[in-house]
Amino acid sequence: MKYIYMDHAATTPTDQDVLKAMLPFFSEKYGNPSSLYSIGQESRTAIEEARGKVAKFIGAKHDEIVFTSGGTESNNFALMGVAWANQKKGDHIITSSIEHHAIINPCKFLEKRGFKVTYLPVDKYGIIDPDDVKKAVTDKTILISIMHANNEIGTIEPIAEIGKIAKEKEIIFHTDAVQTVGHIPVNVDKLNVDLLSLSAHKFYGPKGVGALYIRKGTKIVPYLYGGDQEKRRRASTENVPGIVGLKRAIELAEQNMEEESKRLTNLRNKLIEKVLTGIDETILNGHPTQRLPNNTNFSFKYIEGESLILSLDMEGIACSTGSACTSSMLEPSHVLLAIGLPHEIAHGSLRFTLGRSNNEEQIDYVVEKLKKVVNKFRSMSPLYKKK
Amino acid sequence: MSVYSEKVMDHFRNPRNVGEIENPDGVGKVGNPVCGDIMELYIKVKDEKIVDAKFKTFGCGAAIATSSMLTEMVKGKTIEEALKITNKAVAEALDGLPPIKMHCSVLAEEALKSAIKDYYKKKEKVK
Repeated sequence: MKYIYMDHAATTPTDQDVLKAMLPFFSEKYGNPSSLYSIGQESRTAIEEARGKVAKFIGAKHDEIVFTSGGTESNNFALMGVAWANQKKGDHIITSSIEHHAIINPCKFLEKRGFKVTYLPVDKYGIIDPDDVKKAVTDKTILISIMHANNEIGTIEPIAEIGKIAKEKEIIFHTDAVQTVGHIPVNVDKLNVDLLSLSAHKFYGPKGVGALYIRKGTKIVPYLYGGDQEKRRRASTENVPGIVGLKRAIELAEQNMEEESKRLTNLRNKLIEKVLTGIDETILNGHPTQRLPNNTNFSFKYIEGESLILSLDMEGIACSTGSACTSSMLEPSHVLLAIGLPHEIAHGSLRFTLGRSNNEEQIDYVVEKLKKVVNKFRSMSPLYKKK
Repeated sequence: MSVYSEKVMDHFRNPRNVGEIENPDGVGKVGNPVCGDIMELYIKVKDEKIVDAKFKTFGCGAAIATSSMLTEMVKGKTIEEALKITNKAVAEALDGLPPIKMHCSVLAEEALKSAIKDYYKKKEKVK
């Protein structure tokens, strides 16, 4: 059976070149980078080279990069670190209603500890209005955190504009760029951000490694305490193989991003067109054009997402759903509800995120199988008959 | 490994008794679109025995499998026997459900009780 992976926003396979670069750092070049002898310093050199590469890739300075265990830690570090460091100045944070749980949940944690959080609404495409950001600012606002692109519906946010507002008001501005780094150009100065989160496994690097960009002068306290690693900003022995993998993944993204982005945009458009014209009562979620090159998100009315996922898996197709049926809550995706979808439509949503392994032939195959399973479940749906 | 048992997957892949019964003796409609599960159960009763059962379901794999299993379980049972079918019995017949999916079996039990209630109501009217 064919196996078609279309869930690249969840994770990407580690590139063979990346793996090759990492392997010696597990068993041959295993020195602790904090050790002074040569094998330790070999690891130290590898880390600093990687730091330079990450920094250059996003337009930052060498010392402005802190390696972390991934996007979630970077986001938690940014929020907690800025909140604790600036609480004498204020207790107000601005974010959006469509952020990843790695932002929403630390915000809820901070709310329980006395901070006030404004969750900005979005329009039907998932766009945050910079004017809403401006209106939400108070003299107690210490941090604005808005994602660069949404992980579910792919909408790209007006980060540069929001960053300009933050700069004018002298408020620290963070963006969760986990879905964009390695896929579209990301430059911290052009985006006007003070902090930026990224994660290696979203662009063919390994899992368990990421980075937080911290603009020089940003008031932030450490998130992990222990040793003096990462200039005392993040204790813990560095994940050297992971950091080396992150560096190699960035090198590959630098080489391929432009071309791959064009290819994926064409494939994405083909998938959108074929689904919307081939399957009736279907909605495209997210912005029609201002979206990630590889992201599609559809709602198929009258049916539920998990059933579709299971059936597509039987056909060898991997994708994801915005339905909550696979989680411990019964509510569907907070992102789909935030863009105004009613519950029953949000439950019937699927996300296909494309990547290097996908091609035109696979798009045809996926649409053909999708039509089949959508028809099957609609014929079983008590909602469909009531149409 | 699937989160579901082989039996759940079998009923999900090949759901039994999908559809509606014309002029049913009882219909049970339960669930709500907010939680993503809606179940409709149709029964045909002859001499106090359920001779046919069909369903339509909007829901996840577990919701479809429990609906399918329920229809299999009730066919041939007297109304009195059917009333004794619990959600746990449906889940057990499927070799278990993940804890977060137990609400699907509750929905199946509720659909059955609702269909039987409708049957009694219709019977009363005929009298």
